[in-house]
Amino acid sequence: MSEHTYTPKSKFGKWFNDRLPLLSLASHLTEYPTPKNLNYWWTFGGILTFCLLSQIITGLVLAMHYVAHADMAFSSIEHIMRDVNYGWLIRYIHSNGASMFFLAVYIHIFRSLFYGSYKSPREIIWILGMIIYLLMMATAFMGYVLPWGQMSFWGATVITNLFSAIPLVGESITTWLWGGYSVDNPTLTRFFSLHYLFPFLILGLVVLHIWALHVPGNNNPIGIDVKKPSKDTVPFHPYITIKDLFALLIFLIIFSGFIFFAPNVLGHSDNYIEANPLVTPKHIVPEWYLLPFYAILRSVPDKLGGVVLLFGSIFILMALPWLDSSKVRSSIFRPLNKLFFWVLVIDVLALGYVGAMPAEGLYLLIARLGTIYYFAHFLIILPILSRIEKTQPLPLSITEPVLTGMPKTELIRSDKRDV
Amino acid sequence: MNNSEQKNNRRDFLFTATYTVGAVGIGATIWPFIDQMNPDSSVKALATTEVDISQIQPGKSITVLWRGKPVFIKRRTPTEISEAQSVSLDDLKHPEKDKDRVKKAEWLVMMGICSHLGCVPLSDKGDYNGWFCPCHGSHYDTSGRIRKGPAPTNMEIPVYAFIDDNTIKIG
Repeated sequence: MSEHTYTPKSKFGKWFNDRLPLLSLASHLTEYPTPKNLNYWWTFGGILTFCLLSQIITGLVLAMHYVAHADMAFSSIEHIMRDVNYGWLIRYIHSNGASMFFLAVYIHIFRSLFYGSYKSPREIIWILGMIIYLLMMATAFMGYVLPWGQMSFWGATVITNLFSAIPLVGESITTWLWGGYSVDNPTLTRFFSLHYLFPFLILGLVVLHIWALHVPGNNNPIGIDVKKPSKDTVPFHPYITIKDLFALLIFLIIFSGFIFFAPNVLGHSDNYIEANPLVTPKHIVPEWYLLPFYAILRSVPDKLGGVVLLFGSIFILMALPWLDSSKVRSSIFRPLNKLFFWVLVIDVLALGYVGAMPAEGLYLLIARLGTIYYFAHFLIILPILSRIEKTQPLPLSITEPVLTGMPKTELIRSDKRDV
Repeated sequence: MNNSEQKNNRRDFLFTATYTVGAVGIGATIWPFIDQMNPDSSVKALATTEVDISQIQPGKSITVLWRGKPVFIKRRTPTEISEAQSVSLDDLKHPEKDKDRVKKAEWLVMMGICSHLGCVPLSDKGDYNGWFCPCHGSHYDTSGRIRKGPAPTNMEIPVYAFIDDNTIKIG
């Protein structure tokens, strides 16, 4: 991974490192040359790692007290909330932690979109990230089913029924997923088992994600290739670790705000009613982080069509490195891409808003326009844009704009003479 | 030359045979792990449900649970019956005659499950005086047929039989 070879100082360290090069790995991670112009949008990778570990630890504890059975799940959650020492705290960390996890992952994804971090040579990092995101959604969905409240039950019913839209085999697949003819105890127990498994799959993919990142190194706000190590880079430790920690602290303050002052504001009150297969709640909404996709699903007046667009809206992102062929990564130097990036942000926020509203009238119209724009953005606008856009001149190094503010050729020349 | 060709053929045969046996073996091993997720015997054995319908007044309906899903049993009024029978098949997204959906015109027995994504529709609601699904806005008529909204098909009719005038057996 790194070009320099590391030799431990102590005799035992050397003996151990020759047999299992953990110390070399630690040295690589601390000295890992990082572009020195990374801004706070780059701190979300660390925040996300924290979120994953926090979910795994709190989830492990919750699993000690939770009972995965249709007759007992709901009351076991209340048991955790009322009887278990600090159970309320651990459960609120876990349930709000899911929301914070998604908040961070959306910022992380939009960071990549703005600064072109998905572009060559970082396509594999991007695709691994998208797979992690898909697994996160599956994990969060199955976790939401476990309390066995009304939203759990009907959310599970609606989402699993998405598969019944598949021609010919749809019904069999749905029955297979349920282990019965409706969402019931067999569904709950398998969701619990998989909800426990998936975070570890995510953890494995995160290791690959970081490994793939450490091959080319970080992208940076300017998006140009950086010579490593050089005047343009700093060692990961302590420069980046301290910045990541500071950002994490700010993030934890917001996180704690939710846990201690508004622990249920992101949830739905209907989920404090036990699941009832005879009554569908008046207004079914998924958790906030899935709302844009829910809006896309509902905007199509056809079952199969809606499901195809729903999955298409996620899988289209995997092809992004090839849909956007511009050689310039950062939107700082792509005025048109910058404009459409913000249109996309507003579009996704609008889709999220109408996803929470009833599917009728103006809301439905906005959902349809939003869906059309979402697909047009990736399939039409980006491919054309990346060919016709006149990009601004790129600086030659990170150091240059820091020192001069504007690219000045005579300074670049003098800078070159130094090196 | 001839000898080595023969050897190659023998090797090819051995490779193919090994791959085939291996693939069958792996498939046979994987299948139990997939099939264990299908409905188990206790779920399949869920008995049929017998329902006493003598107390249902015209225009009213009851909901019973069968195989974990709601079944609507509706005693229709003459207006509702004529409404259901008078619809032209050309107006229907999923054309089915009302008389093919009932055993006795007065009694409509159907799964209370929206064919879109499985919610339970609300009765006596919607634009066609039948059912309305609150989840994604599907409207059903007095025969439980889809008239407006994203649902692809009419609400399903379960297997059922009249044991006598006052009892229905579902399943």
